[in-house]
Amino acid sequence: MISANLPILHVIIPLIGAPLGLLFSRSPTGAWLLALIISWFTLADSLALLLIVSGGEVVSYEIGDWAAPWGIEYRVDMLAAYVIVIVSGIGAVTMLYARQSVEAEIPRDRIYLFYTMYLLTLSGLLGIATTGDTFNLFVFLEISSLSTYVMVSLGAERRALTAAFRYLVLGTLGATFYVIGVGLMYQMTGTLNMADLVNRLPEVAETRTILAAVAFLTVGIGLKLGLFPVHVWLPNAYTYAPSVVTAFLAATATKVAVYVLVRIYYTLFKGGVFETLPVDEILLALSLVAIVAMSAVAIFQTNVKRLLAYSSVAQIGYMLIGISLVTITGLTAGILHLFNHALMKGALFLALGCVFFRIRSVNVDDMAGLGKAMPWTMAAFVTGGLSLIGIPLTVGFVSKWYLILASLEKEWWPLAAVILFSSLLAVIYMWRVIEVAYFRERPAGAATIGEAPLAMLVPMWVLVGANVYFGIDTDLTVGTARAAATFLMGG
Amino acid sequence: MTPETLSQLAIAVPLIGSVFILLAGKWPNLREAVTLTTAVIMFITVASITPSVLAGARPDVVLWEILPGLAIRLTIEPLGMLFGLVSSGLWIINSVYSIGYMRGNREAHQTRFYFYFAIALASAAGVAFSGNMLTLFIFYEVLTLSTYPLVAHHGDPATMRSARTYVGILLSTSIGLLLFGMIWTWQLTGTLDFKQGGILEGKVDGVMVAVLLALYMFGIGKAALMPVHRWLPAAMVAPTPVSALLHAVAVVKAGVFTVLKVVVYIFGYEFLAETSASDWLMIAAAGTLLFSSIVAMRKDNLKARLAYSTVSQLSYIVLGAALATAAGIIGGGMHLAMHAMGKITLFFCAGAIYTAAHKTEISQLNGIGRTMPITMGAFAVASLSIIGIPPLGGTWSKFHLMMGAADADQIIYVAVFMLSSLLSAAYLVPVVTRAFLRPPDAKSAGAAATAEGGIREAPLPCLIAICATAAGAFALFFFAGDIARLLEPITAN
Repeated sequence: MISANLPILHVIIPLIGAPLGLLFSRSPTGAWLLALIISWFTLADSLALLLIVSGGEVVSYEIGDWAAPWGIEYRVDMLAAYVIVIVSGIGAVTMLYARQSVEAEIPRDRIYLFYTMYLLTLSGLLGIATTGDTFNLFVFLEISSLSTYVMVSLGAERRALTAAFRYLVLGTLGATFYVIGVGLMYQMTGTLNMADLVNRLPEVAETRTILAAVAFLTVGIGLKLGLFPVHVWLPNAYTYAPSVVTAFLAATATKVAVYVLVRIYYTLFKGGVFETLPVDEILLALSLVAIVAMSAVAIFQTNVKRLLAYSSVAQIGYMLIGISLVTITGLTAGILHLFNHALMKGALFLALGCVFFRIRSVNVDDMAGLGKAMPWTMAAFVTGGLSLIGIPLTVGFVSKWYLILASLEKEWWPLAAVILFSSLLAVIYMWRVIEVAYFRERPAGAATIGEAPLAMLVPMWVLVGANVYFGIDTDLTVGTARAAATFLMGG
Repeated sequence: MTPETLSQLAIAVPLIGSVFILLAGKWPNLREAVTLTTAVIMFITVASITPSVLAGARPDVVLWEILPGLAIRLTIEPLGMLFGLVSSGLWIINSVYSIGYMRGNREAHQTRFYFYFAIALASAAGVAFSGNMLTLFIFYEVLTLSTYPLVAHHGDPATMRSARTYVGILLSTSIGLLLFGMIWTWQLTGTLDFKQGGILEGKVDGVMVAVLLALYMFGIGKAALMPVHRWLPAAMVAPTPVSALLHAVAVVKAGVFTVLKVVVYIFGYEFLAETSASDWLMIAAAGTLLFSSIVAMRKDNLKARLAYSTVSQLSYIVLGAALATAAGIIGGGMHLAMHAMGKITLFFCAGAIYTAAHKTEISQLNGIGRTMPITMGAFAVASLSIIGIPPLGGTWSKFHLMMGAADADQIIYVAVFMLSSLLSAAYLVPVVTRAFLRPPDAKSAGAAATAEGGIREAPLPCLIAICATAAGAFALFFFAGDIARLLEPITAN
């Protein structure tokens, strides 16, 4: 029975777990334990799903046995399984890490709320990646977004509230645009089911309604994924959210939104959208600005969380560049970077969580001398940073390799040059932090601090290890990304 | 053990050694013993591969496939063999010298120093034994990163600025240009393996060959072709043993070694000669060669002068490669060894002068030959080798390089080599004459010592090292034929 219900369990269990936690286990430890167990369960479920679909099979599941146009269909192909594994994997690791960090950053009486919201977000994100129904996707988008706003607002500083509010306004705008897009498609095709849309859209693809739908969908999802220049909610939200939340969101939420974009362009419209509207060129142009300008902005940040947030906007640009090349290699690079960027930003934000845990600050200047005081944390940060720069033997290098290969395949030399240039900017902003941490002494009279607790170090190093492991053994990541890209390109 | 195993061992030994250096950090004598032992074991490992390579074997081992068709791969060919021998052999001597220098100057963070030194040597061996461009690139980057803490050793703001220049230029050229060139090559050929005769012939033509070559040549920042040479003078803020082994031997030679590898095994020198794609490189290398010699003359700081001299000498090798003739490439390979031996001696001397007399500027060196005769004698010998005067090693490499220029019908570059020898005499000989012929400045410490008739040399380990490398520069004159024989197969088809 379990195996037949695999495609829904990872969505439904966290969804049920959220109110259960609210009702029955309000103690911080109890709530954490529940979230932890559910997270690991979803990871196991996702891995099983990936195993099933890795043969090229597409798993379809009809909720409540209602057949597709009437009921909601869940549909897991290679790409979906891959994204589900990213989300649940990051969730599992951050939950392992969360207990002490959360206790240090969120008032005790609200901790159970945090875990409830986390489970809802998890369920929402996994639902988005699983569902085969465009309206159901909207529902999950809202579930995950609303609970995310709450999580961001739980940040220790009061500025977290304005950050969450700004996120809420723009996020809602995005969701509304998405649902308008879905509505327009429904008007022309009479269906919300993705598999049906695939068949019916080609006939009406050139109508103005569908063109408008594409525009709404692009802008709506663009808002959610932090597309430059509608990324303005992202830096503050990442900066002021609790450390665990930032790590989880940075590694998952934007990735899932990128997934939705890929779904719309490549599954629903089968890539035909690029012929009717220049969305690929628009995305490419915006992403090029993003990878240069946002990296440059990151250089001037003093708050390291904000620095990494801007870096995230730039990195999302890399994914979008890959997607907008409309070739198998390009799409492979984009999909690959979903996974790889999740690993590097996850590791970096968890390292910052450890730093905040000890010194209650993530300002560059306050990190002086941490190389000695917190050797394991800073070593993790350095490794994550090298991965972000794209030094060989890390995942960042593999991503960059494919992205440049894809641009050279199209003989777009300047594009390859810009990508490389932007990674040099990454050298600068990472180096600023590394230099301060290792070559500046801790100010005289500063309290002596020790390394972060083991319970935080271990999960962080799991992610750091993954950065290196998947930089060396690329079978799983490149293999899956390429298979998914080939499938999407109809090859 | 098979040569394949030995090639992995040569990289593993210094890595393992580095762990023990950390563990022994609290006991300086034990720690230095570990460094020395590691260096000796590494050299023996490398040396025991030599006979099979001389016999024509090319030990090859694929360690791990990172991307489909692209692996971490070690292959030992003559050029790498030579580079491996030079760097691991000189590490022994340099470690002896380091002990004298670091203790003599009471440097801080010595454990960190020896630790990163061992890592740097492991990556130099990795560069030497790389079987494809990706493997080489990986070790090249590790070499940059592991030498950063050594350059930044003193940690004061001025040092940090220089260290930033160092790592900034090396990382940005390698990521921005070299990686670009590599991926482009991969996209054209589907391989990055080093292959006799090159892999690019027939895959790219016209002006694009020259463009691709430019990506490689400026991407290999460690070869210090102007205008990407700025990192090398900046690296001189490091303690002298670092300047000596890393910035006269391991790091810079890794650069020109990569240049030779790329020309011989990626492009194929005959392909370059046919397409004339390296003509611009000859001009760029000759320009660097002459211009940096002139800059060297104007530097009063001894280490800065030596650094610019290194920039100039590296361009000999780049020019040798750019000539795209067999003699030029063999001459370049030989110069790799000859210059290493000469320049490490000069840096040792500079460090000895600093340790014994606390002098850094050439204008302060009047009469110092009277208090430091051994050091300055070695300085004179090494200078002659760099200039290329018999009976010292530098003679032969310059001879081959000039032959290479003649073979390529580029008589003008024969003249460039000769002119440059004159220039190097012009910036090195005055140091020697000043030290021996001028009277000491009246108020300097040297004058007082001379008045007492005393000799104030650097600590004994430093002196041993200096004498060893100076003798080496002399010995290489007689072993030049062996080096040429080792290198000959790389130019065969």
